[in-house]
Amino acid sequence: MIVGQQKPFDEIWEMVKGFKKVLVYGCNTCVAICHAGGGKEAEILTSLLRMKAAQEGVDLQVDHAAIERHCEPEFFEPLDEKVRTYDLVLSTACGVGVNFLADRLGGSMPVYPGINTTFYGGVPEAGFFVELCGGCGNCVLHLTGGICPIVRCSKSLMNGPCGGTNNGKCEVSNETDCAWFLIVERMKKLGTLEKLYEVQPPRDWSTGTHGGPRRVSLEHIRAYEEQEEKNAATEGRR
Amino acid sequence: MKSGSNLERVIASGKMAVTAELGPPMSADPHEVIKKANILKGFCDAANITDCQTAVVRISSIAAAFIALREGLEPVMQMTCRDRNRIAMQADLLGAAALGLKNCLCIAGDHQMFSAAGKLKGHPGAKNVYDVDTCQLVGIMRKMRDEGLQQGGDKLEVAPKFFIGASWTPMGDPMDFRPYNLKKKVDAGADFIQTQGIYDMELFRSQMEKARNLGLLERTAMLAGIIVPKSAMMLKYMDSSVAGVTVPKSLIERMNKAKEAAGDDKKKARELQEQEGIKITIELIQQALEIPGVRGVHIQAIEWESAIEPIVKAAGLYPRPTFPDA
Ligand code: SF4
Ligand code: SF4
Repeated sequence: MIVGQQKPFDEIWEMVKGFKKVLVYGCNTCVAICHAGGGKEAEILTSLLRMKAAQEGVDLQVDHAAIERHCEPEFFEPLDEKVRTYDLVLSTACGVGVNFLADRLGGSMPVYPGINTTFYGGVPEAGFFVELCGGCGNCVLHLTGGICPIVRCSKSLMNGPCGGTNNGKCEVSNETDCAWFLIVERMKKLGTLEKLYEVQPPRDWSTGTHGGPRRVSLEHIRAYEEQEEKNAATEGRR
Repeated sequence: MKSGSNLERVIASGKMAVTAELGPPMSADPHEVIKKANILKGFCDAANITDCQTAVVRISSIAAAFIALREGLEPVMQMTCRDRNRIAMQADLLGAAALGLKNCLCIAGDHQMFSAAGKLKGHPGAKNVYDVDTCQLVGIMRKMRDEGLQQGGDKLEVAPKFFIGASWTPMGDPMDFRPYNLKKKVDAGADFIQTQGIYDMELFRSQMEKARNLGLLERTAMLAGIIVPKSAMMLKYMDSSVAGVTVPKSLIERMNKAKEAAGDDKKKARELQEQEGIKITIELIQQALEIPGVRGVHIQAIEWESAIEPIVKAAGLYPRPTFPDA
Protein backbone atom coordinates (compact mmCIF):
# COMPACT_ATOMS: atom_id res chain seq x y z
CA MET A 1 0.00 0.00 0.00
CA ILE A 2 0.91 3.64 -0.29
CA VAL A 3 1.82 5.15 3.06
CA GLY A 4 1.50 8.83 3.86
CA GLN A 5 1.41 11.15 6.83
CA GLN A 6 -0.69 14.23 7.36
CA LYS A 7 1.20 17.45 6.78
CA PRO A 8 1.84 19.60 9.86
CA PHE A 9 -1.33 21.54 10.64
CA ASP A 10 0.38 24.92 10.43
CA GLU A 11 1.58 24.16 6.92
CA ILE A 12 -1.96 23.18 5.89
CA TRP A 13 -3.35 26.35 7.46
CA GLU A 14 -0.88 28.48 5.50
CA MET A 15 -2.06 26.77 2.31
CA VAL A 16 -5.79 27.22 2.85
CA LYS A 17 -6.20 30.43 4.83
CA GLY A 18 -6.53 32.69 1.78
CA PHE A 19 -9.51 30.76 0.37
CA LYS A 20 -13.23 31.13 1.10
CA LYS A 21 -14.69 27.71 0.45
CA VAL A 22 -12.57 24.62 0.94
CA LEU A 23 -13.38 20.95 0.44
CA VAL A 24 -11.23 18.48 2.37
CA TYR A 25 -11.39 15.46 0.10
CA GLY A 26 -10.38 12.09 1.53
CA CYS A 27 -9.57 8.78 -0.08
CA ASN A 28 -10.73 5.60 1.60
CA THR A 29 -8.08 3.20 0.39
CA CYS A 30 -4.37 3.18 1.32
CA VAL A 31 -4.23 6.50 3.12
CA ALA A 32 -7.23 5.52 5.23
CA ILE A 33 -5.41 2.41 6.41
CA CYS A 34 -2.41 4.48 7.48
CA HIS A 35 -4.71 6.96 9.26
CA ALA A 36 -3.51 9.86 7.18
CA GLY A 37 -6.19 10.81 4.69
CA GLY A 38 -9.33 8.66 4.78
CA GLY A 39 -12.88 9.99 5.31
CA LYS A 40 -12.38 10.01 9.08
CA GLU A 41 -9.14 11.99 8.92
CA ALA A 42 -10.71 14.40 6.41
CA GLU A 43 -13.53 15.01 8.87
CA ILE A 44 -11.16 15.65 11.79
CA LEU A 45 -9.02 17.96 9.71
CA THR A 46 -12.15 19.85 8.69
CA SER A 47 -13.09 20.48 12.32
CA LEU A 48 -9.58 21.65 13.11
CA LEU A 49 -9.63 24.06 10.19
CA ARG A 50 -13.02 25.41 11.23
CA MET A 51 -11.78 25.97 14.77
CA LYS A 52 -8.64 27.67 13.55
CA ALA A 53 -10.65 29.90 11.19
CA ALA A 54 -12.94 30.89 14.06
CA GLN A 55 -9.95 31.60 16.31
CA GLU A 56 -8.27 33.73 13.68
CA GLY A 57 -11.50 35.46 12.73
CA VAL A 58 -11.15 34.32 9.13
CA ASP A 59 -14.26 33.85 7.02
CA LEU A 60 -13.76 30.31 5.77
CA GLN A 61 -16.22 27.57 4.91
CA VAL A 62 -14.75 24.09 5.22
CA ASP A 63 -16.56 20.87 4.29
CA HIS A 64 -15.42 17.31 3.84
CA ALA A 65 -16.12 14.35 1.60
CA ALA A 66 -14.46 11.07 0.72
CA ILE A 67 -14.54 8.53 -2.04
CA GLU A 68 -13.20 5.01 -2.37
CA ARG A 69 -10.27 5.84 -4.65
CA HIS A 70 -8.66 8.95 -6.04
CA CYS A 71 -6.90 7.22 -8.91
CA GLU A 72 -9.73 6.11 -11.21
CA PRO A 73 -12.33 8.32 -12.90
CA GLU A 74 -15.51 6.44 -12.02
CA PHE A 75 -15.17 7.05 -8.28
CA PHE A 76 -15.10 10.80 -8.79
CA GLU A 77 -18.19 11.11 -10.96
CA PRO A 78 -20.95 11.19 -8.32
CA LEU A 79 -19.30 14.13 -6.54
CA ASP A 80 -17.92 16.06 -9.52
CA GLU A 81 -20.60 18.71 -9.52
CA LYS A 82 -20.37 19.34 -5.79
CA VAL A 83 -16.56 19.58 -5.96
CA ARG A 84 -16.76 22.35 -8.56
CA THR A 85 -18.71 24.59 -6.14
CA TYR A 86 -15.57 25.06 -3.96
CA ASP A 87 -12.65 27.33 -4.60
CA LEU A 88 -10.03 24.90 -3.22
CA VAL A 89 -9.83 21.16 -2.87
CA LEU A 90 -7.49 20.04 -0.11
CA SER A 91 -6.97 16.42 -1.06
CA THR A 92 -5.84 14.01 1.60
CA ALA A 93 -5.30 11.30 -0.98
CA CYS A 94 -1.77 10.21 -1.81
CA GLY A 95 0.24 12.17 -4.35
CA VAL A 96 -1.25 10.02 -7.11
CA GLY A 97 -4.74 11.10 -6.10
CA VAL A 98 -3.78 14.78 -5.91
CA ASN A 99 -2.23 14.66 -9.38
CA PHE A 100 -5.11 12.69 -10.79
CA LEU A 101 -7.76 15.07 -9.49
CA ALA A 102 -5.77 18.15 -10.49
CA ASP A 103 -5.50 16.78 -14.05
CA ARG A 104 -9.20 15.96 -14.03
CA LEU A 105 -10.11 19.48 -12.96
CA GLY A 106 -7.75 20.76 -15.62
CA GLY A 107 -6.83 24.06 -14.00
CA SER A 108 -10.43 25.11 -13.29
CA MET A 109 -9.59 25.14 -9.58
CA PRO A 110 -6.59 24.35 -7.41
CA VAL A 111 -6.00 21.01 -5.67
CA TYR A 112 -3.58 21.11 -2.72
CA PRO A 113 -1.98 18.19 -0.88
CA GLY A 114 -3.03 17.56 2.73
CA ILE A 115 -0.59 14.71 3.28
CA ASN A 116 3.00 13.86 2.53
CA THR A 117 3.08 10.67 0.51
CA THR A 118 5.95 8.74 1.97
CA PHE A 119 6.49 5.25 0.59
CA TYR A 120 5.15 1.90 -0.59
CA GLY A 121 5.07 -0.20 2.50
CA GLY A 122 3.52 -2.89 4.62
CA VAL A 123 1.84 -2.88 8.05
CA PRO A 124 3.68 -5.44 10.19
CA GLU A 125 1.60 -4.34 13.18
CA ALA A 126 -1.23 -1.88 13.76
CA GLY A 127 0.04 1.68 13.57
CA PHE A 128 3.47 0.69 12.26
CA PHE A 129 4.43 1.00 8.60
CA VAL A 130 7.66 0.08 6.86
CA GLU A 131 8.98 0.83 3.40
CA LEU A 132 9.38 -2.31 1.33
CA CYS A 133 9.53 -1.37 -2.34
CA GLY A 134 10.67 1.61 -4.37
CA GLY A 135 8.89 0.80 -7.62
CA CYS A 136 12.19 0.47 -9.47
CA GLY A 137 10.56 -1.20 -12.48
CA ASN A 138 12.98 -4.12 -12.55
CA CYS A 139 12.43 -6.33 -9.53
CA VAL A 140 15.35 -8.35 -8.19
CA LEU A 141 13.70 -9.94 -5.17
CA HIS A 142 14.42 -13.41 -6.56
CA LEU A 143 18.14 -12.65 -6.11
CA THR A 144 17.88 -11.24 -2.61
CA GLY A 145 15.61 -13.58 -0.70
CA GLY A 146 12.57 -11.34 -1.01
CA ILE A 147 14.25 -8.38 0.70
CA CYS A 148 14.47 -5.24 -1.41
CA PRO A 149 18.04 -3.90 -1.71
CA ILE A 150 16.85 -0.78 -3.48
CA VAL A 151 14.90 0.80 -0.65
CA ARG A 152 15.76 -1.32 2.36
CA CYS A 153 19.52 -0.72 1.96
CA SER A 154 20.33 2.94 2.58
CA LYS A 155 22.80 2.91 -0.31
CA SER A 156 20.72 0.75 -2.72
CA LEU A 157 23.66 -1.62 -2.97
CA MET A 158 23.37 -4.57 -5.31
CA ASN A 159 26.52 -6.23 -3.94
CA GLY A 160 26.23 -5.58 -0.24
CA PRO A 161 26.77 -5.43 2.62
CA CYS A 162 28.93 -2.33 2.95
CA GLY A 163 31.37 -1.80 5.80
CA GLY A 164 28.79 0.10 7.83
CA THR A 165 26.80 -2.88 9.12
CA ASN A 166 26.97 -2.89 12.89
CA ASN A 167 25.31 -5.66 14.89
CA GLY A 168 22.88 -6.17 12.05
CA LYS A 169 21.94 -2.50 11.95
CA CYS A 170 22.57 0.03 9.20
CA GLU A 171 25.12 2.80 9.59
CA VAL A 172 22.43 5.47 9.17
CA SER A 173 20.69 4.54 12.42
CA ASN A 174 20.85 1.80 15.01
CA GLU A 175 17.09 1.52 14.70
CA THR A 176 17.30 0.57 11.02
CA ASP A 177 17.97 -3.03 10.08
CA CYS A 178 20.76 -3.53 7.58
CA ALA A 179 19.02 -4.99 4.55
CA TRP A 180 22.12 -6.88 3.49
CA PHE A 181 22.51 -8.47 6.88
CA LEU A 182 18.92 -9.66 6.51
CA ILE A 183 19.51 -10.77 2.92
CA VAL A 184 22.53 -12.89 3.85
CA GLU A 185 20.68 -14.52 6.75
CA ARG A 186 17.57 -15.14 4.62
CA MET A 187 19.59 -16.65 1.78
CA LYS A 188 21.31 -18.96 4.25
CA LYS A 189 17.92 -20.20 5.45
CA LEU A 190 16.74 -20.64 1.89
CA GLY A 191 19.92 -22.59 1.11
CA THR A 192 20.72 -20.23 -1.77
CA LEU A 193 23.60 -18.21 -0.30
CA GLU A 194 25.83 -18.99 -3.27
CA LYS A 195 23.59 -16.79 -5.41
CA LEU A 196 25.13 -13.88 -3.52
CA TYR A 197 28.66 -14.85 -4.57
CA GLU A 198 28.10 -13.51 -8.07
CA VAL A 199 28.80 -9.87 -8.84
CA GLN A 200 25.65 -8.09 -9.95
CA PRO A 201 26.50 -5.73 -12.83
CA PRO A 202 25.50 -2.04 -12.88
CA ARG A 203 21.73 -1.70 -13.07
CA ASP A 204 19.69 -0.15 -15.81
CA TRP A 205 17.86 2.48 -13.78
CA SER A 206 15.85 3.70 -16.75
CA THR A 207 12.99 1.43 -15.69
CA GLY A 208 12.70 3.53 -12.53
CA THR A 209 12.08 7.24 -12.07
CA HIS A 210 15.39 7.94 -13.80
CA GLY A 211 14.02 7.11 -17.24
CA GLY A 212 11.44 9.90 -17.23
CA PRO A 213 7.70 9.51 -16.46
CA ARG A 214 6.53 5.93 -16.86
CA ARG A 215 3.38 4.43 -18.33
CA VAL A 216 2.00 0.93 -18.60
CA SER A 217 -0.27 0.28 -21.56
CA LEU A 218 -2.19 -2.99 -21.75
CA GLU A 219 -3.22 -3.08 -25.38
CA HIS A 220 -5.53 -6.08 -25.11
CA ILE A 221 -7.51 -4.47 -22.31
CA ARG A 222 -7.71 -1.17 -24.16
CA ALA A 223 -8.84 -2.89 -27.36
CA TYR A 224 -11.48 -4.82 -25.45
CA GLU A 225 -12.81 -1.70 -23.75
CA GLU A 226 -12.95 0.09 -27.06
CA GLN A 227 -14.94 -2.78 -28.61
CA GLU A 228 -17.35 -2.78 -25.68
CA GLU A 229 -17.96 0.91 -26.15
CA LYS A 230 -18.59 0.41 -29.88
CA ASN A 231 -20.98 -2.42 -29.13
CA ALA A 232 -22.87 -0.29 -26.65
CA ALA A 233 -23.10 2.51 -29.20
CA THR A 234 -24.46 0.23 -31.97
CA GLU A 235 -26.91 -1.32 -29.54
CA GLY A 236 -28.13 2.14 -28.64
CA ARG A 237 -28.73 2.93 -32.27
CA ARG A 238 -30.84 -0.15 -32.83
CA MET B 1 52.35 -3.50 -15.09
CA LYS B 2 48.73 -2.48 -15.11
CA SER B 3 49.27 1.12 -14.08
CA GLY B 4 52.99 1.48 -13.41
CA SER B 5 52.23 3.24 -10.14
CA ASN B 6 54.83 3.20 -7.41
CA LEU B 7 52.48 1.20 -5.19
CA GLU B 8 52.04 -1.41 -7.90
CA ARG B 9 55.81 -1.64 -8.39
CA VAL B 10 56.48 -2.14 -4.68
CA ILE B 11 53.88 -4.88 -4.52
CA ALA B 12 55.17 -6.51 -7.70
CA SER B 13 58.72 -6.43 -6.28
CA GLY B 14 57.55 -8.68 -3.44
CA LYS B 15 58.48 -6.15 -0.75
CA MET B 16 55.93 -5.27 1.92
CA ALA B 17 53.99 -2.18 0.85
CA VAL B 18 53.19 0.76 3.10
CA THR B 19 50.30 3.13 2.47
CA ALA B 20 49.23 6.01 4.68
CA GLU B 21 46.35 8.44 4.65
CA LEU B 22 46.00 12.16 3.99
CA GLY B 23 42.73 13.87 4.80
CA PRO B 24 42.13 17.06 2.76
CA PRO B 25 41.02 20.20 4.63
CA MET B 26 37.70 22.05 4.69
CA SER B 27 39.36 24.93 2.96
CA ALA B 28 40.33 26.23 -0.45
CA ASP B 29 43.90 26.64 0.77
CA PRO B 30 46.28 24.00 -0.66
CA HIS B 31 48.95 24.49 2.02
CA GLU B 32 47.53 21.95 4.43
CA VAL B 33 47.73 19.28 1.72
CA ILE B 34 51.25 20.41 0.80
CA LYS B 35 52.31 20.28 4.45
CA LYS B 36 50.88 16.82 5.08
CA ALA B 37 52.28 15.50 1.79
CA ASN B 38 55.77 16.56 2.81
CA ILE B 39 55.42 14.92 6.22
CA LEU B 40 54.40 11.62 4.63
CA LYS B 41 56.74 11.70 1.65
CA GLY B 42 59.44 9.06 1.83
CA PHE B 43 57.73 7.07 4.57
CA CYS B 44 55.03 5.38 2.52
CA ASP B 45 54.71 4.10 -1.02
CA ALA B 46 51.48 5.95 -1.58
CA ALA B 47 48.95 7.84 0.53
CA ASN B 48 45.18 7.59 0.32
CA ILE B 49 43.48 10.92 -0.25
CA THR B 50 40.04 10.62 1.30
CA ASP B 51 36.96 11.62 -0.68
CA CYS B 52 34.75 13.78 1.55
CA GLN B 53 35.00 11.27 4.36
CA THR B 54 32.02 11.11 6.72
CA ALA B 55 30.14 13.04 4.04
CA VAL B 56 31.78 16.32 4.99
CA VAL B 57 32.79 18.74 2.21
CA ARG B 58 36.56 19.05 1.80
CA ILE B 59 38.99 19.57 -1.09
CA SER B 60 38.04 16.86 -3.56
CA SER B 61 40.14 13.74 -3.57
CA ILE B 62 41.30 14.24 -7.15
CA ALA B 63 42.41 17.83 -6.62
CA ALA B 64 44.20 17.05 -3.36
CA ALA B 65 45.75 13.96 -4.96
CA PHE B 66 47.12 16.11 -7.73
CA ILE B 67 48.60 18.57 -5.23
CA ALA B 68 50.22 15.67 -3.36
CA LEU B 69 51.62 14.26 -6.58
CA ARG B 70 53.14 17.64 -7.40
CA GLU B 71 54.85 17.50 -4.00
CA GLY B 72 56.35 14.13 -4.85
CA LEU B 73 54.01 11.96 -2.79
CA GLU B 74 52.23 9.27 -4.77
CA PRO B 75 48.51 9.46 -4.04
CA VAL B 76 45.79 6.83 -3.98
CA MET B 77 42.79 8.85 -4.99
CA GLN B 78 39.53 7.63 -3.49
CA MET B 79 36.17 7.57 -5.17
CA THR B 80 32.90 7.10 -3.32
CA CYS B 81 29.73 5.84 -4.94
CA ARG B 82 27.78 8.32 -2.86
CA ASP B 83 28.43 11.49 -4.80
CA ARG B 84 28.68 10.58 -8.49
CA ASN B 85 26.78 8.65 -11.07
CA ARG B 86 28.61 6.48 -13.60
CA ILE B 87 28.90 9.40 -16.00
CA ALA B 88 30.64 11.66 -13.50
CA MET B 89 32.75 8.77 -12.22
CA GLN B 90 34.13 7.90 -15.62
CA ALA B 91 34.65 11.54 -16.54
CA ASP B 92 36.56 12.05 -13.28
CA LEU B 93 38.62 8.92 -13.90
CA LEU B 94 39.64 10.16 -17.33
CA GLY B 95 40.51 13.53 -15.85
CA ALA B 96 42.41 12.00 -12.95
CA ALA B 97 44.42 9.80 -15.29
CA ALA B 98 45.12 12.78 -17.53
CA LEU B 99 46.52 14.56 -14.46
CA GLY B 100 48.87 11.64 -13.83
CA LEU B 101 47.03 9.82 -11.04
CA LYS B 102 47.55 6.06 -11.10
CA ASN B 103 45.91 4.52 -8.05
CA CYS B 104 42.24 4.62 -7.16
CA LEU B 105 40.42 3.12 -4.21
CA CYS B 106 36.70 2.43 -4.72
CA ILE B 107 34.42 2.78 -1.72
CA ALA B 108 30.69 3.03 -1.06
CA GLY B 109 31.26 6.16 1.04
CA ASP B 110 29.76 7.07 4.39
CA HIS B 111 26.07 7.80 4.09
CA GLN B 112 25.28 11.52 4.18
CA MET B 113 23.17 11.04 7.32
CA PHE B 114 26.48 10.20 8.97
CA SER B 115 27.72 13.75 8.56
CA ALA B 116 25.26 14.93 11.16
CA ALA B 117 26.51 12.40 13.70
CA GLY B 118 29.65 14.33 14.64
CA LYS B 119 30.24 17.88 15.73
CA LEU B 120 29.85 19.24 12.21
CA LYS B 121 26.60 20.08 10.50
CA GLY B 122 27.43 18.21 7.28
CA HIS B 123 24.69 17.79 4.70
CA PRO B 124 22.23 15.23 6.01
CA GLY B 125 19.60 16.59 3.62
CA ALA B 126 21.70 15.90 0.53
CA LYS B 127 20.51 13.55 -2.19
CA ASN B 128 22.91 10.65 -2.59
CA VAL B 129 23.61 8.91 -5.86
CA TYR B 130 24.53 5.23 -5.49
CA ASP B 131 24.05 4.64 -9.18
CA VAL B 132 26.65 1.87 -8.92
CA ASP B 133 28.15 0.18 -5.88
CA THR B 134 31.77 -0.57 -5.03
CA CYS B 135 31.97 -3.88 -6.91
CA GLN B 136 30.40 -2.28 -9.94
CA LEU B 137 32.73 0.72 -9.82
CA VAL B 138 35.71 -1.62 -9.63
CA GLY B 139 34.34 -3.44 -12.68
CA ILE B 140 33.83 -0.19 -14.59
CA MET B 141 37.40 0.89 -13.90
CA ARG B 142 38.76 -2.46 -15.00
CA LYS B 143 36.68 -2.41 -18.18
CA MET B 144 37.99 1.07 -18.98
CA ARG B 145 41.57 0.01 -18.38
CA ASP B 146 41.65 -3.48 -19.88
CA GLU B 147 39.09 -3.21 -22.67
CA GLY B 148 39.31 0.48 -23.43
CA LEU B 149 35.55 0.71 -23.09
CA GLN B 150 33.19 2.85 -21.10
CA GLN B 151 30.53 1.11 -19.03
CA GLY B 152 27.97 1.96 -21.69
CA GLY B 153 30.13 0.38 -24.40
CA ASP B 154 31.62 3.43 -26.12
CA LYS B 155 35.30 3.23 -27.00
CA LEU B 156 38.00 5.24 -25.25
CA GLU B 157 40.79 6.56 -27.41
CA VAL B 158 43.25 6.34 -24.55
CA ALA B 159 42.25 4.20 -21.58
CA PRO B 160 42.91 5.36 -18.00
CA LYS B 161 45.40 2.97 -16.40
CA PHE B 162 44.58 2.66 -12.73
CA PHE B 163 45.86 0.33 -10.09
CA ILE B 164 42.44 -0.52 -8.69
CA GLY B 165 41.78 -0.81 -4.99
CA ALA B 166 38.84 -1.65 -2.79
CA SER B 167 38.29 -1.69 0.93
CA TRP B 168 37.37 -4.71 3.00
CA THR B 169 35.91 -4.95 6.49
CA PRO B 170 37.03 -8.46 7.41
CA MET B 171 35.37 -8.42 10.80
CA GLY B 172 32.14 -6.71 9.82
CA ASP B 173 29.02 -8.73 10.26
CA PRO B 174 27.74 -11.04 8.95
CA MET B 175 31.30 -12.23 9.48
CA ASP B 176 30.97 -15.56 7.69
CA PHE B 177 29.94 -13.71 4.54
CA ARG B 178 32.86 -11.25 4.58
CA PRO B 179 35.31 -13.53 2.73
CA TYR B 180 32.74 -13.76 -0.08
CA ASN B 181 32.29 -10.02 0.03
CA LEU B 182 36.02 -9.86 -0.64
CA LYS B 183 35.75 -12.46 -3.39
CA LYS B 184 33.23 -10.29 -5.23
CA LYS B 185 35.56 -7.31 -5.14
CA VAL B 186 38.44 -9.44 -6.39
CA ASP B 187 36.28 -11.02 -9.10
CA ALA B 188 35.24 -7.52 -10.15
CA GLY B 189 38.90 -6.60 -10.58
CA ALA B 190 40.38 -5.22 -7.36
CA ASP B 191 44.20 -5.31 -7.66
CA PHE B 192 44.72 -4.36 -4.04
CA ILE B 193 42.67 -4.30 -0.88
CA GLN B 194 43.00 -2.05 2.14
CA THR B 195 41.20 -3.34 5.18
CA GLN B 196 39.29 -1.59 7.93
CA GLY B 197 41.45 -0.99 11.00
CA ILE B 198 42.42 -4.23 12.71
CA TYR B 199 43.23 -4.63 16.39
CA ASP B 200 42.20 -8.24 16.84
CA MET B 201 44.92 -9.96 14.82
CA GLU B 202 43.78 -13.49 15.69
CA LEU B 203 40.34 -12.85 14.26
CA PHE B 204 41.91 -11.26 11.19
CA ARG B 205 44.18 -14.24 10.76
CA SER B 206 41.21 -16.59 10.69
CA GLN B 207 39.36 -14.42 8.14
CA MET B 208 42.52 -14.34 6.02
CA GLU B 209 42.65 -18.10 6.11
CA LYS B 210 39.17 -18.24 4.64
CA ALA B 211 40.18 -15.74 1.97
CA ARG B 212 43.22 -17.85 1.19
CA ASN B 213 41.09 -20.98 0.86
CA LEU B 214 38.99 -19.13 -1.70
CA GLY B 215 42.19 -18.49 -3.67
CA LEU B 216 41.83 -14.74 -3.31
CA LEU B 217 45.21 -13.84 -1.91
CA GLU B 218 47.10 -14.73 -5.07
CA ARG B 219 44.72 -12.56 -7.07
CA THR B 220 44.84 -9.41 -5.00
CA ALA B 221 47.36 -7.67 -2.75
CA MET B 222 46.07 -7.50 0.81
CA LEU B 223 47.17 -4.48 2.83
CA ALA B 224 46.22 -4.80 6.47
CA GLY B 225 44.67 -1.63 7.90
CA ILE B 226 46.06 -0.28 11.16
CA ILE B 227 44.56 2.81 12.76
CA VAL B 228 47.11 4.41 15.10
CA PRO B 229 45.42 4.71 18.50
CA LYS B 230 45.83 8.04 20.28
CA SER B 231 44.15 7.39 23.56
CA ALA B 232 42.26 4.87 25.65
CA MET B 233 39.11 6.80 24.88
CA MET B 234 39.63 6.43 21.16
CA LEU B 235 40.13 2.68 21.49
CA LYS B 236 37.01 2.34 23.59
CA TYR B 237 35.02 4.36 21.11
CA MET B 238 36.23 2.33 18.17
CA ASP B 239 35.46 -0.90 19.97
CA SER B 240 31.92 0.11 20.84
CA SER B 241 30.88 2.27 17.90
CA VAL B 242 32.89 1.70 14.75
CA ALA B 243 31.43 -0.94 12.49
CA GLY B 244 33.62 -3.98 12.00
CA VAL B 245 36.20 -2.97 14.61
CA THR B 246 36.77 -4.91 17.80
CA VAL B 247 39.55 -3.98 20.18
CA PRO B 248 40.94 -6.63 22.56
CA LYS B 249 40.58 -5.64 26.21
CA SER B 250 44.31 -6.04 26.73
CA LEU B 251 45.04 -3.14 24.36
CA ILE B 252 42.53 -0.87 26.05
CA GLU B 253 44.11 -1.84 29.38
CA ARG B 254 47.58 -0.92 28.13
CA MET B 255 46.37 2.48 27.06
CA ASN B 256 44.60 2.98 30.36
CA LYS B 257 47.81 2.21 32.21
CA ALA B 258 49.74 4.70 30.11
CA LYS B 259 47.13 7.31 30.93
CA GLU B 260 47.11 6.57 34.66
CA ALA B 261 50.91 6.70 34.85
CA ALA B 262 50.67 10.44 34.22
CA GLY B 263 48.54 11.08 37.29
CA ASP B 264 46.73 14.40 37.02
CA ASP B 265 49.08 15.83 34.41
CA LYS B 266 46.85 16.04 31.33
CA LYS B 267 49.61 16.94 28.92
CA LYS B 268 51.73 14.07 30.10
CA ALA B 269 48.76 11.71 29.93
CA ARG B 270 48.34 12.63 26.30
CA GLU B 271 52.01 12.16 25.54
CA LEU B 272 52.22 8.80 27.28
CA GLN B 273 49.13 7.55 25.51
CA GLU B 274 50.49 8.69 22.17
CA GLN B 275 53.76 6.90 22.84
CA GLU B 276 51.88 3.76 23.80
CA GLY B 277 49.72 4.13 20.70
CA ILE B 278 52.78 4.18 18.50
CA LYS B 279 54.18 1.13 20.29
CA ILE B 280 50.91 -0.75 19.86
CA THR B 281 50.85 0.18 16.18
CA ILE B 282 54.36 -1.12 15.60
CA GLU B 283 53.47 -4.42 17.24
CA LEU B 284 50.26 -4.71 15.22
CA ILE B 285 52.17 -4.05 12.02
CA GLN B 286 54.70 -6.74 12.84
CA GLN B 287 51.95 -9.23 13.67
CA ALA B 288 50.03 -8.35 10.51
CA LEU B 289 53.06 -8.78 8.28
CA GLU B 290 53.51 -12.31 9.59
CA ILE B 291 50.07 -13.42 8.48
CA PRO B 292 50.37 -15.44 5.27
CA GLY B 293 49.03 -13.51 2.31
CA VAL B 294 49.49 -10.03 3.78
CA ARG B 295 51.40 -7.90 1.26
CA GLY B 296 51.69 -4.70 3.21
CA VAL B 297 50.07 -2.34 5.67
CA HIS B 298 47.76 0.63 5.39
CA ILE B 299 48.58 2.86 8.36
CA GLN B 300 46.04 5.49 9.24
CA ALA B 301 47.25 8.19 11.61
CA ILE B 302 44.17 10.35 11.53
CA GLU B 303 45.11 14.04 11.80
CA TRP B 304 48.47 12.83 13.12
CA GLU B 305 50.63 12.41 10.04
CA SER B 306 53.85 12.99 11.98
CA ALA B 307 53.37 9.61 13.67
CA ILE B 308 54.06 7.78 10.42
CA GLU B 309 57.81 8.41 10.32
CA PRO B 310 58.67 6.90 13.73
CA ILE B 311 56.26 4.02 13.17
CA VAL B 312 57.61 3.06 9.77
CA LYS B 313 61.19 3.36 10.98
CA ALA B 314 60.66 1.32 14.15
CA ALA B 315 58.72 -1.33 12.26
CA GLY B 316 61.73 -1.92 10.04
CA LEU B 317 59.95 -0.64 6.99
CA TYR B 318 62.37 2.20 6.24
CA PRO B 319 63.78 3.15 3.78
CA ARG B 320 60.99 2.59 1.24
CA PRO B 321 61.99 0.96 -2.01
CA THR B 322 62.68 3.21 -4.98
CA PHE B 323 62.80 2.39 -8.64
CA PRO B 324 65.44 3.93 -10.87
CA ASP B 325 63.24 4.67 -13.88
CA ALA B 326 60.25 5.95 -11.89
S1 SF4 C 1 13.63 -4.51 -6.48
FE1 SF4 C 1 12.45 -2.81 -7.32
S2 SF4 C 1 10.38 -3.61 -7.73
FE2 SF4 C 1 11.45 -5.12 -6.43
S3 SF4 C 1 10.85 -4.56 -4.33
FE3 SF4 C 1 12.75 -3.43 -4.76
S4 SF4 C 1 12.13 -1.45 -5.60
FE4 SF4 C 1 10.36 -2.81 -5.64
S1 SF4 D 1 24.73 -0.90 6.53
FE1 SF4 D 1 23.54 -2.37 5.33
S2 SF4 D 1 21.60 -1.31 4.82
FE2 SF4 D 1 23.08 0.23 5.52
S3 SF4 D 1 23.98 1.00 3.65
FE3 SF4 D 1 25.36 -0.64 4.40
S4 SF4 D 1 24.62 -2.52 3.39
FE4 SF4 D 1 23.02 -0.97 3.12
